[in-house]
Amino acid sequence: MAIELKMPALSPTMEEGTLARWLVKEGDSVKSGDILAEIETDKATMEFEAVDEGVITSISVPEGTDGVKVGTVIALISSDDEAAAPAPAPAKTTPAPSVEPTPAPEVVVAVAPAAPKATPVTADGAAMQSVTLREALRDAMAEEMRRDDRVFVMGEEVAEYQGAYKVTQGLLDEFGARRVIDTPITEYGFAGIGTGAAMGGLRPVIEFMTFNFAMQAIDHIINSAAKTNYMSGGQMRCPIVFRGPNGAAARVGAQHSQNYAPWYASVPGLIVIAPYDAADAKGLLKAAIRCEDPVVFLENELLYGRTFEVPAGDDHVLPIGKARVVREGTDVTIVSYSIGVGLSLDAADTLAAEGISAEVIDLRTIRPLDTQTVLASLAKTNRLVVAEEGWPVCSVGSEILAVCMEQGFDDLDAPVLRITNEDVPMPYAANLEKATLINADKIAAGVRKTLGL
Amino acid sequence: MATTPAKKSVSKKASVSEDAARANRERPSEPKPYKATKEELLKFYSDMLLIRRFEEKAGQLYGLGLIGGFCHLYIGQEAVAIGLQSALTPGKDSVITGYRDHGHMLAYGIDPNLIMAELTGRAAGISQGKGGSMHMFSTEHKFYGGHGIVGAQVSLGAGLAFGHKYSNDGGVCLAYFGDGASNQGQVYESFNMAELWKLPIIFVIENNQYAMGTSVNRASSEDQLYRRGESFRIPGIQVDGMDVLAVRGAAEVALDWVRSGKGPVLLEMKTYRYRGHSMSDPAKYRSRDEVQSVRDNSDPIEGCKAYLADLGVDDDELKAIEKEIRKIVNESADFAEASPEPDLSELYTDVLVEQY
Repeated sequence: MAIELKMPALSPTMEEGTLARWLVKEGDSVKSGDILAEIETDKATMEFEAVDEGVITSISVPEGTDGVKVGTVIALISSDDEAAAPAPAPAKTTPAPSVEPTPAPEVVVAVAPAAPKATPVTADGAAMQSVTLREALRDAMAEEMRRDDRVFVMGEEVAEYQGAYKVTQGLLDEFGARRVIDTPITEYGFAGIGTGAAMGGLRPVIEFMTFNFAMQAIDHIINSAAKTNYMSGGQMRCPIVFRGPNGAAARVGAQHSQNYAPWYASVPGLIVIAPYDAADAKGLLKAAIRCEDPVVFLENELLYGRTFEVPAGDDHVLPIGKARVVREGTDVTIVSYSIGVGLSLDAADTLAAEGISAEVIDLRTIRPLDTQTVLASLAKTNRLVVAEEGWPVCSVGSEILAVCMEQGFDDLDAPVLRITNEDVPMPYAANLEKATLINADKIAAGVRKTLGL
Repeated sequence: MATTPAKKSVSKKASVSEDAARANRERPSEPKPYKATKEELLKFYSDMLLIRRFEEKAGQLYGLGLIGGFCHLYIGQEAVAIGLQSALTPGKDSVITGYRDHGHMLAYGIDPNLIMAELTGRAAGISQGKGGSMHMFSTEHKFYGGHGIVGAQVSLGAGLAFGHKYSNDGGVCLAYFGDGASNQGQVYESFNMAELWKLPIIFVIENNQYAMGTSVNRASSEDQLYRRGESFRIPGIQVDGMDVLAVRGAAEVALDWVRSGKGPVLLEMKTYRYRGHSMSDPAKYRSRDEVQSVRDNSDPIEGCKAYLADLGVDDDELKAIEKEIRKIVNESADFAEASPEPDLSELYTDVLVEQY
């Protein structure tokens, strides 16, 4: 009886991958531990090992195939002793996903820079190219590093490993070890070193592997970086960017799944940016690096591999502190940021089919908050919900509610609602995690509620 | 006034050789007392006296309610800042410290008026009245604060040293912290990276024997704090922090080591604060006799006076210096008292540099 070899999930967030290379061919005998194939995820190239012994009877997915979904049968093995015993369980992923990102035993270093897949031209004439969020962030850093020698990148696995999430891929090759610096696992220490370097006149970009780990360093972000300019009467600046993935990833449990936007957004002296798409991520990261103030730049791991249209060229810089109406509507306003924007757009599609016209606002910058754009939309639609991938209590949503109450009360036809994750630490079990997270259906339901439907 | 040479009852002799025997690694040479010229010694004396009188005045103004909040005085520790910073190049080498920062600023030549006016929370203060005693900076002098979180200045100082190396500007960072801060985790994170990357930094533990009310032996399993860098391969030197020439001598050795690209060095300055941890500390954790004994036997200013006497400087010359210093300090107090408070319109300025 043949054993099915299925496309393995090689990271917590992998949904599909490229079958880069077969290291065996049909008719080969394999035993447990043999490397069968190389599989490319969006972060790394991983080796796929055999668990069972037997002969490869057929290969159903040829090498070089892109977009192979996790779970797809890629080959069959016939067991040697199938007459003697029932077939063992199907082969499974060998490198089990761990709580740490990309447990890659081997990393492909040379990856071509963001190749334009298409270059359509927008209405205003700017050439666009399709770029993943990950590439857009890398391009932003690379462009700013070319522009200003004071800019350097420091963090765990940013250099030789090419980034735990491959956001810093290729930077070491281009800029060398002076400007792309691997640190020990020591967040408090290197956040302090970065902050001190900024006080001394450099322009550090400090990567946290995830913002969950930045809690170890939050003293420097708040007490050292955010307050310095004020405490010194404007004499000592701290132009630093703290960046990394924020919010829930997938199936990594409570300690690795938290949205810190409300934490940092409460601190005067900080700029807090949480972009959704790649164009905003690039334009705002470039602005953040050029900015004289300390910036907390919150990315989202689940969006890293998503492709968006980004203006070509190295001069795409966006203003900090400006929200964007990403979809116009007349019946209700959905205010969101980061991954919540995509969910809100999905919800708006669903609602449109029901005859409800939803306006979607991407805050982009959480501090300073662009209240004008929010209030102008509220004045138009008279109903508003906030969609936020995070906890409800003392959230960004809570702040938007307060702004609407204090400054938009006369425009409100219904109470403003917060649509958020559930108010629990993130559970691990797939069904519980799903139940905890915000999604498009929950947002749509919230909109219907605010419309009295 | 007494001119007895200072006896070093508080401090232990520097002991590099003891560690050299334990570790088969290159170490800085044994520091020797600095051979100061008469002019240099007079300057040390005058600078230490400025700190002493300034701090006494600050204590007085605190008692009058003109200075609020926390105010940590440097009295007793003057030889540390003067001995070390006199060896630096202002404008090239950077200095960073914790909240007991008035002395380090004066030692770097920062205008006493601006410091005192900051203590009284006035617009003319160096931080325009927004920082206070613990949060003062002078980027012009490369003095980077003035930090209120115990130990934070060690990581920040490593960052300044990173900047010196990155920019290849030849500068060295002097990062001060206390015996209390030497138990903070980030200190060791910084030690590790500083040695790993051979950053040009001198870590200075000002061991004044008490972390607020907790003596070193009650808080530190290894109370010989100069050894705290050993597991990171950072050489440590214990120095008599009550003797300005011993301190300056150690500074020379440390600077040679760091400037030659050998990475960081750790100086433990054995010193003593005469006053409480802050103005509100009754200092019940030590006896009056203990404090008096240090004052009588190891006072850094009296010790310097004795050196000056050896060089034939007479009392009249010292009295003239004393008079001049008192004048500077009184003027700074008058300035600080007469200057207006910050305008209320300043409340929301300087939160951010840019407009968004």
